[in-house]
Amino acid sequence: MEVKMTESTEIPGKGNGKALLLLGCPEAPAQQAIALYLAYQLRSHGSELLITGNPSVLNLLKVSDPEKHYIGEMKVLEKCIEEIVEKRRAADLCVVCAHNDAAIAYAATMRHLLPQSRLVVIIFGKDPEPLAASIDFPCEKIVEKAVHNPMQLKAKVNEVFGWAASRT
Amino acid sequence: MGCIENLKYEMILPLGASFKECREYVEKNFAEVWYVDPGYKLFDEYIIGLPPIALGLDGGKIVFPYTKPCHGTYLLRIEDTDEADRVRKTARKKK
Repeated sequence: MEVKMTESTEIPGKGNGKALLLLGCPEAPAQQAIALYLAYQLRSHGSELLITGNPSVLNLLKVSDPEKHYIGEMKVLEKCIEEIVEKRRAADLCVVCAHNDAAIAYAATMRHLLPQSRLVVIIFGKDPEPLAASIDFPCEKIVEKAVHNPMQLKAKVNEVFGWAASRT
Repeated sequence: MGCIENLKYEMILPLGASFKECREYVEKNFAEVWYVDPGYKLFDEYIIGLPPIALGLDGGKIVFPYTKPCHGTYLLRIEDTDEADRVRKTARKKK
């Protein structure tokens, strides 16, 4: 199992804090599953979570979780970035799901705007290694070839965040 | 593309260009290059990307990267003299 870590701190994942989950293009189905799983785990562990992404990715989550058992607060990407730039929003933890170059640009933006935050970039898709290699800013990387099946990705997420493995 | 979509823009690089390719293109093809950080406001939108973000100026025309999650990074050119002057006053010039 490959879990790459370039920098590590000890905030959320376990414990309280403000967490931001930034989702990329919803083209890869594994993102939807891992987003709901991250939301469930982060909120279960006491984090105050905001999920951000484009309208399509947020609508996918809203339809999947109509009573908001898992997802909680959501905000479109442009509005979320505006709030961070204007110092009206901060996060102790920022998790970015990335399977294309654009999402890496968003992760770099979060690194710049939230320099004190723990930044975890989950790089997945058909060919995640070159994408992971293109990251030259400090963050923790979770790299897994995953498009449809999120199980290995989930295992690595569990490892990085220290969440107990489940059989489901 | 939000507000920028409503402006009259030219697409300089085709879809699929990486963010770094956009920066290299600006640096190689424009005599006047300025740098900003992610979160810099241009045409009422916050610019996304790996710092430093290169902007090319040609008189009143601004060439800049514009990133959307599903489409990647576009390199766009928009003519706006006031905005170009604002960039000259607020961005860092290439040395």
